[in-house]
Amino acid sequence: MSNMSGAEAIVESLKLEGVDVVFGLPGGYILPLYDALYDSGIRHVLIRHEQAAAHAADGYARATGRVGVCLATSGPGATNLVTGIATAYMDSVPMVAMTGQVPSQLLGTDGFQEADITGITIPVTKHNYLVRRAKDIPRVFREAFYIARTGRPGPVLIDLPKDVTVDDLDFEYPEICLPGYSPNLKVHALQIKRAAKALMEAERPVIYVGGGVKYSDGHKELVELAEKIKAPVTTTLMGVGCFPEDSPLSLGMLGMHGTRYANLAIQEADLILAVGARFDDRVTGKIASFAPQAKVIHVDVDPAEIGKNVRVDIPVVGDAKTALAELAKAVEPKVWSAWNELVAAWKRDHPLFYAKGGDSIKPQFVLETICKLCPEAVIVTEVGQNQMWAAQFFTHKDPKHFISSGGLGTMGYGFPAATGAKMGCPEKEVFDIAGDGSIQMNIQELATAVINDVAVKVIILNNGVLGMVRQLQDLFYEKRFTNTTLGRVPDFVKMAEAYGALGLRATRPSEVEGVLKEAIASDRPTVVDVVISPDEKVSPMVPAGASLSEILELEG
Amino acid sequence: MKHTIALIVENKPGVLVRIAGLFSRRGFNIDSLTVGATDNPDYSRMTITVEGDEVVLEQVTKQLNKLVNVIRVSELLPSESVERELAIIKVAARKEDRSEIMQIVSVFRAKIIDVSPRSMIVEVTGSEDKVEAMVRLLRQFGIKEMARTGKVSMVRGTKVVSA
Repeated sequence: MSNMSGAEAIVESLKLEGVDVVFGLPGGYILPLYDALYDSGIRHVLIRHEQAAAHAADGYARATGRVGVCLATSGPGATNLVTGIATAYMDSVPMVAMTGQVPSQLLGTDGFQEADITGITIPVTKHNYLVRRAKDIPRVFREAFYIARTGRPGPVLIDLPKDVTVDDLDFEYPEICLPGYSPNLKVHALQIKRAAKALMEAERPVIYVGGGVKYSDGHKELVELAEKIKAPVTTTLMGVGCFPEDSPLSLGMLGMHGTRYANLAIQEADLILAVGARFDDRVTGKIASFAPQAKVIHVDVDPAEIGKNVRVDIPVVGDAKTALAELAKAVEPKVWSAWNELVAAWKRDHPLFYAKGGDSIKPQFVLETICKLCPEAVIVTEVGQNQMWAAQFFTHKDPKHFISSGGLGTMGYGFPAATGAKMGCPEKEVFDIAGDGSIQMNIQELATAVINDVAVKVIILNNGVLGMVRQLQDLFYEKRFTNTTLGRVPDFVKMAEAYGALGLRATRPSEVEGVLKEAIASDRPTVVDVVISPDEKVSPMVPAGASLSEILELEG
Repeated sequence: MKHTIALIVENKPGVLVRIAGLFSRRGFNIDSLTVGATDNPDYSRMTITVEGDEVVLEQVTKQLNKLVNVIRVSELLPSESVERELAIIKVAARKEDRSEIMQIVSVFRAKIIDVSPRSMIVEVTGSEDKVEAMVRLLRQFGIKEMARTGKVSMVRGTKVVSA
């Protein structure tokens, strides 16, 4: 094909990459591309703030496993994407972000709506491009999608000066030629052998699983390995759903707000098999006293993660799914052991719990009720207490059904991400578990959801405060609640109605189930305002910088 | 501990910023950095010297390897490499000092490449130590200005660092 404009070449490239939806908002310098999108057949979802475009693309990517695509104009449009790009980068989400840019001859002159977005996003993208010639467009797009989805996935940004989208080119989609980029997918047979031997010799093994298993689609292989050697499995926040939490081998989540038994198991383990996890500080607590008795096997597709935070005895660089399958083949079956009995006793003696009864609605009960009514739901979260309760009190079983901003901890992520997830999986029930603080950071997206008929169910656990930070003030700052009381929060029911969504409210425990049923039955975007106590806490808790052995049980 | 890292990188705009950012983010000060063409016009070679902790340096090296525009990363050990640096030094040269400066230049097999009534420019090439020694000796006359290239380095023998 020949002689098309740069913008048409972009549309053609997106089609060749199988893109069916892009999230964005137009502006002057990106107009040629919007013009080409107009009758392209690619769905464009007009969001109300560019940050939401990036989060929606991110939610779409996590729910579908495909590359999420977002689009903004130059300057403020581009800078508004940055939080969403950084969120995707920290959680290794495959994304391509396109930004308009001033025409080439104005680059570097502080032209109207100019921002050096490639400079700004170097530290938060896997790679980025400033396209200088129209004829480079097919190559850049091919490379960008390839880089975004392969190896350790991540966001790639493409900055498009206006003239580049207007100029003509002869379109040809080239082969990938990237001499400086080769993801390490294959696993080393000898390292698998060593790891398998260590697993066979271990008396108290724990498998510690992160988002890498999710992205490599390795959850089936994980179950196979764990069941074959009867190894307990704990997941990070990013790994939630990779291992069915109703399995007797499941330890749930570990770390700062992990289960007591997961943290006990880690501290007593003689071998940790870490797969697609990065020993984040929220997971390890005080690093020097993390898993003090354990040998460590670390499987990761990114060699830079191995040995970054902890000393590793057996490194295995490669794809998590492949490594898990190879390990499952290399080990011999084990029987239920004294270690399994000990772990089972911990699970029995130290379960996640909350004080039941009383007049106020318990957020944990809300999550349990959602799980009871809709066990197959996709749970997207905001950030803070809502996020931790959603991780703890819903029984997660599917890796693509728990979506949360883990690494960056971005408040305002959940609602636009849930919108993107629902557009990617319209047949699934999608909830955004929110707080009244987080939801107000991207509440404007109610318009996007209503206009596009995206029937996301937003459950606001409304305590009138910034609950997680307030919890820290309660515990470590002598209850000096500076700037965590939001004061007058909007009437979320009226607000939902003002946008054309359905608004519901529960103020007493007896109303919860009925209201949730009504929300699930609704075929429109629905906001449920659930009034909870500001003193409700996330428990248990390992204070920041403390050892995982120093876990606190907190009463609401 | 000082480390010397040789990189083969794509000859494209913005590559230097990506590389420098990985060092600065981890609090590394780059002591010297040189960039120049390789035999292949698509690639450049960089030599970076940094002072830093072994573990952190290993992390930086791994991160450098992850950059799409970086083709090859290799730490060069001084014991296995030849290293050279070039410096040009403008030194104050009063009449009575000139012959002594010229003697030092000759001992170091350096060169005088510019002479004016009150100063000379000396060019010296060699290992970092040699350049340092020369600078120390010239300091007594008064160094007015100095430009150093930073170190370039290459492994001895047949082993190569190339694309």
